[in-house]
Amino acid sequence: MSTNRPVEVATKAEQFIRQDDIHEPMHDRFLWATMQRRNAQAAALPEWEELRELASQIKEHALTHLDEYLTQFEANATQRGAQVHWARDGAEHNEIVYAILKAHGTTELIKSKSMLQEECVMTPYLERRGITVTESDLGERIQQLDGQPPSHIVFPAIHKTRKDVAQLFARTIGTDPNNDDPHVLTEAMRNNARPRFLAAGAGMTGANFAIAETGTFVVCTNEGNADIGAAVPPLHIASIGIEKILPRVEDLGVFLRLLARSGTGTPLTQYSSHFTGPRKGGELHIVLVDNGRSRRLGMADFWHSLKCIRCGACMNTCPVYRRGGGLAYGATYSGPIGVILDPTFNEYKYSELPFHSTLCGSCSAVCPVKIDISDQILKWRRVMASKSYLPLAKRLSFAVAGHVFAHPGEYHTLQKGAGPAIGHAPHFLLYNHTLNPWGREREIPKVAQQTFREWYLAHRRNNGSPDPQS
Amino acid sequence: MEAQTLSRDSILAAIRENLPKERVSRPGIPAFARQDQPIRQMFEEHLGKAGAAAHSIGSPAEAAAKLTAMFPEAKVVCSAVPEIAGTRRAADVQDPHALADVDVGVFRAQFGVVEGGAVWVTQEDLIVTALGFLSQHLVVLLDPNEIVSDMHQAYRRVRMHETAYGCFMAGPSATADIEATLVHGAQGARSLDVFFLRRV
Repeated sequence: MSTNRPVEVATKAEQFIRQDDIHEPMHDRFLWATMQRRNAQAAALPEWEELRELASQIKEHALTHLDEYLTQFEANATQRGAQVHWARDGAEHNEIVYAILKAHGTTELIKSKSMLQEECVMTPYLERRGITVTESDLGERIQQLDGQPPSHIVFPAIHKTRKDVAQLFARTIGTDPNNDDPHVLTEAMRNNARPRFLAAGAGMTGANFAIAETGTFVVCTNEGNADIGAAVPPLHIASIGIEKILPRVEDLGVFLRLLARSGTGTPLTQYSSHFTGPRKGGELHIVLVDNGRSRRLGMADFWHSLKCIRCGACMNTCPVYRRGGGLAYGATYSGPIGVILDPTFNEYKYSELPFHSTLCGSCSAVCPVKIDISDQILKWRRVMASKSYLPLAKRLSFAVAGHVFAHPGEYHTLQKGAGPAIGHAPHFLLYNHTLNPWGREREIPKVAQQTFREWYLAHRRNNGSPDPQS
Repeated sequence: MEAQTLSRDSILAAIRENLPKERVSRPGIPAFARQDQPIRQMFEEHLGKAGAAAHSIGSPAEAAAKLTAMFPEAKVVCSAVPEIAGTRRAADVQDPHALADVDVGVFRAQFGVVEGGAVWVTQEDLIVTALGFLSQHLVVLLDPNEIVSDMHQAYRRVRMHETAYGCFMAGPSATADIEATLVHGAQGARSLDVFFLRRV
């Protein structure tokens, strides 16, 4: 993660696919099943599409008034007794968190899942300063014990089999390597985590939503781990991206109806927890983090990505993500949303990501806040091309394609097979297995005997319709 | 503190400089048509899907007997309600760590929501927030007349300015992080039972 070479996403995806014939089909199957549950939930709500449109508009409203709502949130949270901090980037976020922990003499921290804290690379920073950090979300803990980042924003360890987890737990927490029953493994982690919750001097959470009107923030989990972390240690620190702001409490009705349905295919998460100031006898710190968000707000083509509520639906529906896995992206955010978020952190490093897509558009179709994800992927390709970040194979093949599509006569010639180009040259360029790793797991479709244009012209002539060319 | 003011001001300045030109107006949230009748039956159905169960209870004495019958092995029953005595009163607990040994936690939820089979519970209902999360099992009293249809109605009832902590709780703790297999009792409660009992 620390080098600045472009992530070779296709090569990494290929490694995931080729490791055996178990992981990739399992990954694909689980995520597609989640997608089907999401689809059933969406179909059961007559107002589903209306809710998506409302959510999109509320987010666009909040983001185009972000300065006002952030200061309102700050004022209300402060008035309720929370201490609000501002961090320009990940480094400042980590410094603030460490300063708070240090001031309390805290050496043990229990945290729930927070993509923002991942983004800030907080855990290694704190551990280097002597803080023991324990992830309390099961999937996130599995990834922590394995020294891997989460591969999915909702199911961090979804790329692992139960056997992988059984062996990992045997190695790290001393369970039976041959017992891979998920119930047994979950129970083992529950018993391992409980003393850590009780010993922790501080609990950390992220936030799904922050409400300007009341200074409240909302954390949604299924395990209840965020709530234990917030309810047991005396100190609660929440990291909140500045784009999480919603104007009013009533807006939550719209977003909670969409979030879990889109993410896991359930009506709600098991716990939707609302924190408004510190709990009785506790202390609450809120760190509002920019880390590139204000800059993204100024990117005309890309600011809509700030509407994201991190549900993971775009990943579950994505044919490329489901096959290649989340670790292939080599970034905090994977899947279609990662493709459009990651380059805002580092264009060069993530220059390959926009090509890790079929542009099928399914991500845009399922996004609960109507982010134009696939359109943004295409726009990122243009950015990468304009900066000459394209790998050689793509530059060559795009040059050919660009020339051909600019000259329709040549396109028709190619299509009819009059020239050897479609059979040889583009195949060599597009599907050369050395130049383009994409060709390895796929094959170019066969050229049809009759082109659509020929069929269309013949068909229309038979019906006596005018020639579309005239 | 000085550095903090600097960061705050620079973030807000960057936002103002980068605000999209079009200022999108805030949409109104319409009242969606409701079809969930009978409401109590629908609530129970959704509660079941979330991994919890509901029981009709006639009196506080019946509630206590039911609890004992359901959890015969329970040593520590910590109660935040007058209807069930338990072996420990939540009001006597000062430190949340003292709840680590609780087998069954008992509290009353303010209202239920058909959508998702959730109940709304606040810090005041739990007395010690950790009661809802460290307890191995939960028994939640709910007045059967206090059920709303969906999350829009639910948020009209929530009084965020009156509590530091409120939670829509929809069944026990759950995870599907290992091979997408649903397991209850990941970190929080292993089970959740709603006792329908009118508020006294």
